Amino acid sequence: MKYTKDHEWLRVEGDLVVVGITEHAATQLGDVVFVELPETETMVAEGDEVCVIESVKAASDILAPVDGEIVSVNTKLVDAPALVNEDPTGAAWFFKMKLDDLSVLDQFMDEDEYLDLVS
Amino acid sequence: MADLDDRLQRLGLHDLHVELGGKMVPFAGYEMPVQYPAGVMKEHLHTRAAAGLFDVSHMGQVILRPKGTMDDLKLAFEALMPVDVLGLAEGRQRYGLFTNDQGGILDDLMFTNRGDHLYVVVNAACKAEDIAHMIAMMPGVSVEPVTDRALLALQGPGAEAALEALLPGVAAMRFMDHRVMGDVWVSRSGYTGEDGFEISIPMAGAEGFARTLLAQPGVEPIGLGARDSLRLEAGLCLYGHDIDTTTSPVEAALIWAIQKSRRAGGAREGGFPGAERILGELATGPERLRVGLRPEGRVPMREGVEVFAPDGTPVGRVTSGGFGPSVAAPIAMGYVALGFAPPGTQLLGEVRGKHLPLTTSDLPFHPTSYKR
Repeated sequence: MKYTKDHEWLRVEGDLVVVGITEHAATQLGDVVFVELPETETMVAEGDEVCVIESVKAASDILAPVDGEIVSVNTKLVDAPALVNEDPTGAAWFFKMKLDDLSVLDQFMDEDEYLDLVS
Repeated sequence: MADLDDRLQRLGLHDLHVELGGKMVPFAGYEMPVQYPAGVMKEHLHTRAAAGLFDVSHMGQVILRPKGTMDDLKLAFEALMPVDVLGLAEGRQRYGLFTNDQGGILDDLMFTNRGDHLYVVVNAACKAEDIAHMIAMMPGVSVEPVTDRALLALQGPGAEAALEALLPGVAAMRFMDHRVMGDVWVSRSGYTGEDGFEISIPMAGAEGFARTLLAQPGVEPIGLGARDSLRLEAGLCLYGHDIDTTTSPVEAALIWAIQKSRRAGGAREGGFPGAERILGELATGPERLRVGLRPEGRVPMREGVEVFAPDGTPVGRVTSGGFGPSVAAPIAMGYVALGFAPPGTQLLGEVRGKHLPLTTSDLPFHPTSYKR
């Protein structure tokens, strides 16, 4: 698993990258009450706002970590946004992206580096 | 950041909040616990089901003493608000509003008749200005800020039993009763829509008292986050958001706080700042009104969301909003043009560029359970 400084995790599944938020981010956000997912089959660029997470406290964006195509979204989150708090690194993935070149993921932190960042 | 922290005041119970795992954030010049490890949602639901203990020591406590008679004091205080002070019985508390000459609201507050003086609780962010205002406007009154006491709120259906165990006799109090019990001052009130108490206690004994309350069955510490969602569900105004110097009490749907004696034809009609506008709006209706707003989907509509009529005409704005844990849906309050205020009016709220449906609603969103 790779990690961004924006507290997203990236997991490679075949030729796709699955994106979610870290446990640290989920704790910081507090109780999630609504998730607005992106459209599938859309091209996004690094830094684009692709998801909105509304917690009891505030709205936060998930940014596209890299350029690519959104090919799948986790529609379970629409009816069960609390999954983000319950299982942030498992069942509560947000979207899957198809990249031209998976090697761009090398720029991101590994787990130890990420844990250093948030500790 | 160090400079900012240096300017923040710490509550007397700061160490207890930290020990309980409170996440401390800056609020109205204080480091305040916004939530504890349970989180806002669970803290909110716990307060509705059992009892929540809130530290509201950041609020301003003030004693007003007459230099002449008690009636002189009551009439001087009445001259600052469209509220009946003279008629408030000893041992009773009432909600009040300082108004300005334009009929806007300077602050909302609670005041209590304690026989030979008044005890007043004002908002933290306004307290310095409120005290200066009272000193300037009431030369015949001694205005004494109380700085050596904590203020706790114990709220929820379990509050009565928990507090009765420590202070026998409080169970007999009714909503808005106030009692001085030794050096503890207790009011049956709060700001969550639940039955409960506000307890003013000397700082020296506050931590021990709070710990004893927290050891009672069902009592949990609750942070500012849940306090905000509780008061929103109860349809109660948050100063600086739902009411401010531009909103009149009539627009704010607070006319229940303006007793007959101060209205047109009343025994002491007018005579408060902004009376012309406020009495005028009472007679002919305001241009806009604070209402409940129920977004139809799951998307929360927060402060600042613009509200439109179905034809796209702007008609208002959300002043506070979020998710109501007891309602299990997004809820909001805001001002809309009077014609769009009746409950059930279909409107649109703009969130991230999209116009989403919402409906005006009666307040509160969750029924109150005051012990009247």
